[in-house]
Amino acid sequence: MLSYAIRRLLGAIPTLFLIITIAFFMVRLAPGGPFDSERRLPAEIEANLRAKYNLDDPLVVQYLHYLGDVVRGDFGPSFKYKDFSVNDLIWQGFAISAQIGGLAIAGALILGLAFGTLAALRQNSAADYGVMAAAMTGITIPNFVMAPLLTLVLGIYLGLLPVGGWGQVRHMVLPVVALGLPQIAYVSRMTRASMIEVLRSNYIRTARAKGLPERITILRHAMRAAILPVVSYLGPAAAGIITGSVVIEQIFGIPGVGRHFVQGALNRDYTLVLGVVVFYGALIILFNLIVDLLYGMLDPRVRYD
Amino acid sequence: MLQQDASAAHPNQPIPGGGAPVVKGRSLWADAWRRLFRNRAAVASMVILGLIVLVCVAGPWFVPYEVDEIFWDAFTAPPSEAHWFGTDANGRDLFIRVLYGGRISLMVGLVATLVSLVIGVTYGATAGYFGGRIDDVMMRVVDMLYSLPFMFFVILLMVFFGRNIVLIFVAIGAVEWLDMARIVRGQTLSLKRKEFIEAAHAGGVSAFNIIRRHIIPNTLGPVVVYMTLTVPKVILLESFLSFLGLGVQEPMTSWGVLISDGATNLEVASWMLIFPAVFLALTLFCLNFIGDGIRDALDPRDR
Amino acid sequence: MPSTLGTADVPAGADAGTAQAPAVLEVANLVTRFASPDGEVSAVNGVSFTVGQGETLGIVGESGSGKSQIFMSVMGLLAANGRATGSVRYRGQEILNLPRARLNRIRGSRISMIFQDPMTSLNPYLRISRQMTEVLVHHKGMTASAALEEAIRMLDLVRIPEARRRVHMYPHEFSGGMRQRVMIAMALLCQPDLLIADEPTTALDVTVQAQILDLMRDLKREFDTSIIMITHDLGVIAGLSDRVLVMYAGSIVESGPVRDIFYNPQHPYTEALLKSMPRLDDDILGELPTIAGQPPNLQHLPTGCPFRPRCVHAFDRCVTDAPALEPFYRGRAKACHLEAL
Repeated sequence: MLSYAIRRLLGAIPTLFLIITIAFFMVRLAPGGPFDSERRLPAEIEANLRAKYNLDDPLVVQYLHYLGDVVRGDFGPSFKYKDFSVNDLIWQGFAISAQIGGLAIAGALILGLAFGTLAALRQNSAADYGVMAAAMTGITIPNFVMAPLLTLVLGIYLGLLPVGGWGQVRHMVLPVVALGLPQIAYVSRMTRASMIEVLRSNYIRTARAKGLPERITILRHAMRAAILPVVSYLGPAAAGIITGSVVIEQIFGIPGVGRHFVQGALNRDYTLVLGVVVFYGALIILFNLIVDLLYGMLDPRVRYD
Repeated sequence: MLQQDASAAHPNQPIPGGGAPVVKGRSLWADAWRRLFRNRAAVASMVILGLIVLVCVAGPWFVPYEVDEIFWDAFTAPPSEAHWFGTDANGRDLFIRVLYGGRISLMVGLVATLVSLVIGVTYGATAGYFGGRIDDVMMRVVDMLYSLPFMFFVILLMVFFGRNIVLIFVAIGAVEWLDMARIVRGQTLSLKRKEFIEAAHAGGVSAFNIIRRHIIPNTLGPVVVYMTLTVPKVILLESFLSFLGLGVQEPMTSWGVLISDGATNLEVASWMLIFPAVFLALTLFCLNFIGDGIRDALDPRDR
Repeated sequence: MPSTLGTADVPAGADAGTAQAPAVLEVANLVTRFASPDGEVSAVNGVSFTVGQGETLGIVGESGSGKSQIFMSVMGLLAANGRATGSVRYRGQEILNLPRARLNRIRGSRISMIFQDPMTSLNPYLRISRQMTEVLVHHKGMTASAALEEAIRMLDLVRIPEARRRVHMYPHEFSGGMRQRVMIAMALLCQPDLLIADEPTTALDVTVQAQILDLMRDLKREFDTSIIMITHDLGVIAGLSDRVLVMYAGSIVESGPVRDIFYNPQHPYTEALLKSMPRLDDDILGELPTIAGQPPNLQHLPTGCPFRPRCVHAFDRCVTDAPALEPFYRGRAKACHLEAL
């Protein structure tokens, strides 16, 4: 398994390389790009950048410089904030984004599995239709609509929660809910579908024929298989959470990576934007690897060779 | 001879009849239509979606305001008889703006889906038909693209290459073709072994014509299903970009732009959020229900 | 067309009406229907029979004849759209449609079942040890370690080599035949009174089939368990059963001791079945006779006798009048208007 993990990590190198390359040249070849002479940079920043990338060198040389730095884990200085490196900004932001995203994913898993299983066991009942309707709503209403609506109802009309700000637990409730809702919905639907499928399978029939209590049949025999599609979905879910965090952090004014990214894009803070793309690209790759390993642990038929 | 008892697990499957009169043959598509129209959620969704499209396309001709017309006596005015949906912070009539926004959002949905369709079907059918080394390489590329943080690239694209609407179509279409390519490839792989393809091959029909005449038409079912589910995704993506200020630009507008405006003015003018949000959510709902309906109609196993 | 429970259907020495120990299983007037979007489907149409202690009952019929669904009904394993009515008694106790918790005290413990497809009937995500020991832990309250020892002993008994090592493996590490042995071992763990085997050899290679049948024959001797063998393969029945029920379109059309049925079938369907069986002494170039026509549509059974459209002996009465299962000779019964074949 270890060798599989290492092979997968090595296999991710071309993808990462591709990400860095596309992102770098996209930024640099853009019309009105960052290093245009027309665009005046603050003197300190210009000096920083010059020292870092030798701005007068050909683009390819600069690219190789950048590549070398990224390999060493250095995303360079920020274009906008002269006292910060991109690394500082990303790490500060990620400490916050990871909290929200982690809570959202954990909540989605727990609630989604519970609701999905409930719906599957009571197929075509009122509870089933209720869960499915709620899930459809959660999937359909995008989180950038859900977030302001939640703010409107819970924050403004009812005054239960603060509508913005950061630092206290109560500040986290609305962002986490807004970020997690679509994922809860997806996980519920997926769990329901796979659970229904599994409950029809021959080995569940065997478990029932063995006279096992329904609790054991469901939790021990059915859940193991029903959870597998959900585990596979964790990769896309993480990607979805990351994408969602971009807009959620924007709405609630949370100083996470997503907000840095949007602000960076709007401020044309090129190194920051580039850094975030590479960072999140690597994160998604890593997450997918973890998911695959987890899947292998749950399904004994998966072999690592 | 006797056959083995394969129907044991699912006895609700119709059992082929001997004594009873043979059911009149119906084509797959006619059958699917019949099932689709029996699905009440899908039918209701089609009606509602039809109305939304009609209102967005034809509505602006009947509203006596311009999309960028400023009413100096009505800034951030709540809904009234003169302004059904109220006005925005710049004193523009929200009703007409929602309709115009709808035109853009729906058009993006349609055009970007078509872009993804063309790329995805061509790519998938080619990879599946040729198979072997070509398939390996082509699918490897898809896998690699899958693991890219696409949303971020789209944002980069919008930021650095200007925010024009054609670019939105291309960018979104380019993101969404991957799934389509996978589906079509899978279908093609299984079709390839069918006798009629082999017959065409043996008859000297060129690869291009086999793909065009035989493969693609037969992958239509799953493609249609996937397409109807892509349209809402694409509309969502455009709204997402516009919400961040990276999509459709003033004076043009879309539902995403309007929702973004509404979110900023939430505390003083909730109608600015609610009306575009309702239109967007309703459209997405309808599209999802129609998509699910078509899927169930074409693949009735899971009723 | 409910068939009357004739004495013909009660094996010698296990007369259900007397004060003797009740039969292991008594099924009376069992009807199983499935709701489908296109109307109701009757899979089992009023079936009655009994199984005595230590008896092996063969049930034969083609696909869709309802033979499996009888036992899905008995075991409470019907699909969600299925409903069973009538009576099923295990040692005199009514068990049809019992609440799940009460049924669970009987199934897996007193009555167990093995299925056609050993490849999918074991849970692929759990080790064999877990799947076997849980039966003993649950039904007998054994400790995990005692249950494991018992599981290994049982695997030895069904002749799985290196059982002590292999018990910790996953199903996919076993071949089809080995998996069916595991299924049999699992079914016998609680030493049930009745083992229902639903096409246990159909999915296996011919040589493996023979091994599994040998095994079942030996186990039957060892445990004195009653066995119901459901199959479409008359060869399987011939070697193993004491008595045979022939099913067609959800009804029993003929029943009797296995030798009688084989050497002197009295229902046209049984006769046709036997004729369609390949024989070693046949001219190998000759064409194998088949039964003309299709099994009937269970949604729209023909009037009269369900076999009538395919029957070479059919006459006027068969169109109007459905024949009931009537005893006609010692231990034998048939549902046919013909006096004799």
